[in-house]
Amino acid sequence: MSTHTDTTHGHGHDDHGHDHDSGHSPSTMKGYMTGFVLAVILTAIPFWVVMGHVFTSSATTASVVLGLAAVQIVVHMIYFLHMNARSEGGWNMLALIFTLVLVVITLTGSIWVMYHLNDNMMPGMMHDDAAAMKNMP
Amino acid sequence: MSDTHAIAANAAANPEKLQFWMTEDHHPENGTLLGFWLYLMSDCLIFATLFAVYGVLGRSYAGGPSGADLFELPLVAVNTAMLLLSSITYGFAVLEMQRNRKSQTLLWLAITGLFGAAFLGIELWEFSHLIHEGAGPGRSAFLSSFFTLVGTHGLHVTFGIIWLITLMVQVGKKGLIHENRRRLMCLSMFWHFLDVVWVGVFSFVYLMGVLK
Amino acid sequence: MTMPDLTKLLFGRLTWEAIPFHEPILLVTFCAVALGGAALLGFLTYKRAWGYLWNEWFTSIDHKKIGIMYMVLGIVMLLRGFSDAIMMRIQQAISFGDSVGYLPPHHYDQVFTAHGVIMIFFVAMPLVTGLMNFVVPLQIGARDVAFPFLNNFSFWMTTAGAALVMMSLFVGEFARTGWLAYPPLSGIAQSPDVGVDYYIWSLQIAGVGTTLSGINLIATIVKMRAPGMSLMKMPVFTWTALCTNVLIVAAFPVLTAVLVLLALDRYVGTNFFTTEFGGNAMMYVNLIWIWGHPEVYILVLPVFGVFSEVVSTFSQKRLFGYASMVYATVVITVLSYLVWLHHFFTMGSGASVNSFFGITTMIISIPTGAKIFNWLFTMYRGRITFDVPMLWTVGFMVTFVIGGMTGVMLAIPPADFVLHNSLFLIAHFHNVIIGGVLFGLMAGITYWFPKAFGYKLDPFWGKCSFWFWLIGFYFAFMPLYVLGFMGVTRRMSHFEDPSLQIWFEIAAFGAFLIAIGIACFLIQLVVSYRRREQLRDYTGDPWNGRTLEWSTSSPPPPYNFAFTPIIHDGDAWYQMKQRGHERRLEGYLPIHMPKNTWAGIVLSGISLVIGFALIWHMWPLAILAFVSLVVTAIVHTFNYKRDYYIPADEVAREEAARTELLAAHV
Repeated sequence: MSTHTDTTHGHGHDDHGHDHDSGHSPSTMKGYMTGFVLAVILTAIPFWVVMGHVFTSSATTASVVLGLAAVQIVVHMIYFLHMNARSEGGWNMLALIFTLVLVVITLTGSIWVMYHLNDNMMPGMMHDDAAAMKNMP
Repeated sequence: MSDTHAIAANAAANPEKLQFWMTEDHHPENGTLLGFWLYLMSDCLIFATLFAVYGVLGRSYAGGPSGADLFELPLVAVNTAMLLLSSITYGFAVLEMQRNRKSQTLLWLAITGLFGAAFLGIELWEFSHLIHEGAGPGRSAFLSSFFTLVGTHGLHVTFGIIWLITLMVQVGKKGLIHENRRRLMCLSMFWHFLDVVWVGVFSFVYLMGVLK
Repeated sequence: MTMPDLTKLLFGRLTWEAIPFHEPILLVTFCAVALGGAALLGFLTYKRAWGYLWNEWFTSIDHKKIGIMYMVLGIVMLLRGFSDAIMMRIQQAISFGDSVGYLPPHHYDQVFTAHGVIMIFFVAMPLVTGLMNFVVPLQIGARDVAFPFLNNFSFWMTTAGAALVMMSLFVGEFARTGWLAYPPLSGIAQSPDVGVDYYIWSLQIAGVGTTLSGINLIATIVKMRAPGMSLMKMPVFTWTALCTNVLIVAAFPVLTAVLVLLALDRYVGTNFFTTEFGGNAMMYVNLIWIWGHPEVYILVLPVFGVFSEVVSTFSQKRLFGYASMVYATVVITVLSYLVWLHHFFTMGSGASVNSFFGITTMIISIPTGAKIFNWLFTMYRGRITFDVPMLWTVGFMVTFVIGGMTGVMLAIPPADFVLHNSLFLIAHFHNVIIGGVLFGLMAGITYWFPKAFGYKLDPFWGKCSFWFWLIGFYFAFMPLYVLGFMGVTRRMSHFEDPSLQIWFEIAAFGAFLIAIGIACFLIQLVVSYRRREQLRDYTGDPWNGRTLEWSTSSPPPPYNFAFTPIIHDGDAWYQMKQRGHERRLEGYLPIHMPKNTWAGIVLSGISLVIGFALIWHMWPLAILAFVSLVVTAIVHTFNYKRDYYIPADEVAREEAARTELLAAHV
């Protein structure tokens, strides 16, 4: 089995594999600029909302910030990462959706589970009691 | 691939004479970009775990400083700008690569690297500033999770820059050959992926961290 | 700088004290290992085998050879993991009342930790990965995996992790924390020595390999299937391998992250899982089980695939309910992420959380049950031959159902409050892991062995091994169910109540039966090698198989298939045989193949050094090794010539040889 000689046309794939293996449509200036402008706007608004104290309720501010973050992530995915349902025969999108489901499970699951744990087991030591903690020795 | 599918379809239509072996050379599609995407997804779950830790421990100040006490949003805004600019300049590099212009590609890659380095510099300054103020990673669970999450992102940027330099050398030596183009596309995904993570960081950690 | 300072800088906390001269058991083991190792090395040198090993195996990127190396690693580590098991069984059988047994507690604690870590990470994982590596490309009609170099690198990273665990036996000690190293016990305050650091770094290094091999196999299955093989025409083993690797890629990052956090707590002084400054140890438990539960399915899904292949082959029938088998696998894949809390119902998250996770856990038993029925219906009215793989499969079906039912019992939160951390739990998970994973691996090894080596395994010793394992299993673990109901907890090195002793003695007897089962397996390997001419498989299809791997020769040529097959049916090879296909004997083309590379073994060797240096706080060495790792990796990327062509006349020679063999023997 060890007798295979190493032939010299080693470049193999280079000769016949141009750009078609990516499955990506070529990127365009227009796409990148659209993405960039949207990203700048979607970054500026939440900073403005928080730094300018636009809303009095921090719950409102938090939901605006998180909502815009979600939108911005989608913008980055589409314009910078060139996500669409067709790239790599749809497998990229499938992997992304599966990952997002797991991200949501990990995040919300952990927070839910640990919140209930703290609520049940350490009722006096919940997070918002930071002030009380300060007075502890 | 399409011709082989045609063979299979043909044969299926004519069940008596199935062809079982290909007569010509068969080259499966290259899997690098898919494989790299899968790696990014696994990396995404590392960050998800760190975000979950921050979500659970991010308000455990242990009597120490909170995000509202520590975070300087103007600095974070500048930092975000660096990363966004590096993203669009990487986009320009990809566009130049598609036009097959080597030196312009290298120029935009270099600019991208500089923006990345600026981002890292600002982040390191912020970290050292916090540690000097006594708000190091050991001070509280909040600061542990803050430093780890933001630091892991920074570490990724560092490796991105090392990779970027390596690729610039390789493009310089070998030109925009097929392999180097594929590598540039992988790094492109990596770089833009770090942007996406940073969107999560500045929203979830910094902006929400200063809210009372 | 004085001499002691310099020594401390270079060697960190590594001193002669770390070598266990004072522990007679370890010393004897060390001498035995050293002598055996020296003898092996000497033998290899005498046979001048090093060049052969290096060129043909260590640097090989052939998925078949890497698969075989994974299997060897798994079987070697099985011997280590099993010695730990039998040490525990002896200790617990004799350590009653005044007798404290022969293992001091701090040694016993390392033994049970090492047993768990080794059996999961360095026995089950390599064996499962090895099977997938060997079989999947053959089943989908591919010539190698998508990333052959990465495959070699992954294997060596797993091996480096195993090597690190083995080093802890003789240099320093291993963790005494249990196989998941829960803090605060695994924190720096309670475990200041190197044990937990060995644990962390061996798993991190092996974890890199596991994750990369997961990515590799997914890309292989997605991109490299032979023309015509749509997803619903993939063999079931390939389907389960796909789902398993999806689970690997999705779960192992969580383990990596949580171990990084534990390492930061120990090395940097952060407060994630400490008991002060806002740390929360239960967050570790929460996170590690987000990885840990999918891990269980990572082990068991591929063997479900093995059983599916074996059942349909040895019943000589198409698998019953192929589509439902696929859907069940996918459903299990997704559900396995929604059940993690059932490992710590007693944490105290309350009724709402516990009921949610209890219900999701019970739901998983539905697709699993569907699979059992599919196998039974496949056997129904089939022409069953009870070859050894089929014996393991039937043994599995009986044993696994018992384990599954005790699992559903544990899924009921109130019952779990009684049984948590008891020997009932130990009995349950050994029931599913031995009765499921191990039996499946043995079935798989016996089934695909002729494909890998060209001769069948000797059936007599295979049957001996099976019966000793099966009966040994029941003797070893049924008593633990009883003890669990009596409230006996796990991880104890000593008991006061003498009425318990008889159960532990029965369990120890069972462990000895299993030891005989393992011995029979090893004898089987030797006997089969010596009788290989009688057991030779000339056809490439010794079991009248149904999937593509049986269409090529045994062992397959380096390029697997001279011509890429075209698929029209799920049981592709069976259909070809039915339709009286003819081997193509002309028109060979040069075949494009990847080249061997040194990079995998070198990179993982450096990783091993980094791990060792970090464990012993040898900072200069750690930095040096890390820099050289990065530099070596970069240098490797400058190598653009990674492939070559096997010339057409060589393919023709190889295929002509097979034609002669077939003509002479069929």
